[in-house]
Amino acid sequence: MLSIKDLCAKVEEKNILKGLSIEVKPGEVHAIMGPNGSGKSTLGNVLSGRPGYEATSGSVLFKGHDLLDMDTEERAREGLFLAFQYPVEIPGVSNMEFLKAAVDAKRKHQALSELSSVEFMKLARETSKRVSLDPSFLKRGVNEGFSGGEKKRNEIMQMMLLEPDLCILDETDSGLDIDALQVVADGVNAMRDGKRSFLVVTHYQRLLDYIVPDYVHVLAGGRIVKSGDKSLALELEAKGYGWLEGEVA
Amino acid sequence: MTEEVESLIKKDYAAGFHSAIESETLPPGLNEDVIRFISAKKEEPEWLLEWRLKAFRAWQEMEEPKWAHVHYPEIDFQAVSYYSAPKSMANKPKSLDEVDPELLATYEKLGIPLHEQEMLAGVAVDAVFDSVSVVTTFREKLEEAGVIFCPISEAVKRFPDLVQKYLGSVVPQKDNFYAALNSAVFSDGSFVYIPKGVRCPMELSTYFRINEMNTGQFERTLIVADEGSYVSYLEGCTAPMRDENQLHAAVVELVAMDNAQIKYSTVQNWYPGNAEGKGGIYNFVTKRGIAHTNAKISWTQVETGSAVTWKYPSCILKGDNSVGEFYSVALTNNFQQADTGTKMIHLGKNTRSTIVAKGISAGQSDSAYRGLVRINPGAEGARNYTQCDSLLIGDRCGAHTFPYIESKNPSAVIEHEATTSKVSDDQLFLCQQRGLDAEKAISMIVNGFCREVFKELPMEFAVEAGKLLEVSLEGSVG
Repeated sequence: MLSIKDLCAKVEEKNILKGLSIEVKPGEVHAIMGPNGSGKSTLGNVLSGRPGYEATSGSVLFKGHDLLDMDTEERAREGLFLAFQYPVEIPGVSNMEFLKAAVDAKRKHQALSELSSVEFMKLARETSKRVSLDPSFLKRGVNEGFSGGEKKRNEIMQMMLLEPDLCILDETDSGLDIDALQVVADGVNAMRDGKRSFLVVTHYQRLLDYIVPDYVHVLAGGRIVKSGDKSLALELEAKGYGWLEGEVA
Repeated sequence: MTEEVESLIKKDYAAGFHSAIESETLPPGLNEDVIRFISAKKEEPEWLLEWRLKAFRAWQEMEEPKWAHVHYPEIDFQAVSYYSAPKSMANKPKSLDEVDPELLATYEKLGIPLHEQEMLAGVAVDAVFDSVSVVTTFREKLEEAGVIFCPISEAVKRFPDLVQKYLGSVVPQKDNFYAALNSAVFSDGSFVYIPKGVRCPMELSTYFRINEMNTGQFERTLIVADEGSYVSYLEGCTAPMRDENQLHAAVVELVAMDNAQIKYSTVQNWYPGNAEGKGGIYNFVTKRGIAHTNAKISWTQVETGSAVTWKYPSCILKGDNSVGEFYSVALTNNFQQADTGTKMIHLGKNTRSTIVAKGISAGQSDSAYRGLVRINPGAEGARNYTQCDSLLIGDRCGAHTFPYIESKNPSAVIEHEATTSKVSDDQLFLCQQRGLDAEKAISMIVNGFCREVFKELPMEFAVEAGKLLEVSLEGSVG
């Protein structure tokens, strides 16, 4: 699904990722943990092609294609989804309109016909209920005046509608209370179907109680310094990140 | 009146589309003889000639206004030709094949029906007559309701009393430099009269699109809504129109009698000049309405065209409890400049006005909102709410807000809100990460920004306006 080899990347002339390698197979859930400033968010941004995040060397293969060679929107249409840590508001653009445009763009890419408004409305309503968002949110501006929890649930709703192959969750747990976290985790777990892969970027172990990963990687100083199974997350919870500092070259 | 209307229909087509009027264009220059010539050509009554001459004499004493936030080379008013008969069929393109493909591509994007494309592009074909039946149907319906809707040049002949009574009653000849010029040389335009208590049975739009072809560069429109009547009038067209005249100076006057309502919507898409800022229309417009007791005037405009726009649709809220509204979207791209806004003059008690102005600047363009809210001493309990939002796309454009507030009555309540924002990189990235390309994303964000204004437009127009913004913004991302 995703094969990252020796990836180096810079943001505003500052080298952040310094030779990162990860191999994600279809259906796997990988958690990326690490202290603040280790490059966790940079990874998601580089993979999704955010302007200003520049890969300087290394390679990334996504479903066999050279990911770094693709435009931002092309990556999205090909099935890469980034759930934002801080989703922005787009005033006046209704959620429904935005979601339909996104789904249509993807369907067009797949050479499928656009969904009719009626079909889409039905689908969107059902999906909003799955993340406990009242369908009235579909009529509101994208994230406009949403609470932190509502924004995150809106992200998960978008993910469900777009049915991506690879989902990157960028600190989705930040700012969520326990109930909202449960809703988000349920949404993600419902999408685990043995084929779809997840990259869960988080600072805290808490989220991984709900979304249980197959692998846990510790990112520090722009590289993976330790990998293990879910027990590694618990170990980090108990010991903190300090004991790994020595591993940073 | 029935027969009169009937004969108008025929006359209209005879003059506009069918008969071979000899092409006649005056040499450049403006003097009293030119005005006499225009008036004679139009077979106008003596009073109108005098009216024009009075305007011309006033104009000669006036100076071109320089206060607007726009820059353009000095206009030589003696280098303009002030009379040009409609082009003869022989000079027109024979089919759409002879029309600039770029223009056609734009029509295509806007979804303009083929027969309308031909009319807009000035094609000399029978296709025009496809719409005759539509027009006739409209005419019959309007006639039943007693509504008068015809070119103002015809109204002068058929309804001289009405025209003489109201022409210049809202925008006097000496009002301003461009209004005076228009009063002296106006070419044609529309006249609308809605009788007492009548609700005009349709939006006055489709017909106008067709009629509009021959109004020329100095358009004059007069709409009178008698007591308790209602009319919604749509001016302009989302499609860019071919026009060789660079200088446009129109005047629109609205009269809303007691308890009447006039809703006036405009989409202006004159040629804005090319991407380097060469060419384009200079558009200097005076639009004003007077609202009597309990009357309401609502201006909605979407301005995307012209190289230079100078336009302030205004309301004189004369009667008690009268209401004025102004909803505006002004979009500038490349090297376009717009200085636009409104004036709300509160005279009557408990008068209310609402202003929602949205300016969008892209490329190296400059857009300014200029608005006046004046509360006169007698306007007890007057209220105004103004909201002015600017959206910038890129970092080479400008947005400016010049609000003027004059309150002479302590009971007045005036609110003013203004914001300036940029289409943020984060918004763009969110859209692109969801699979939308940058142009689609920008147009979606801009449309969202304009939503409050678009919802004031008649449904069909609102959809067109959205598409128009998309087309106008092409190439603004890069």
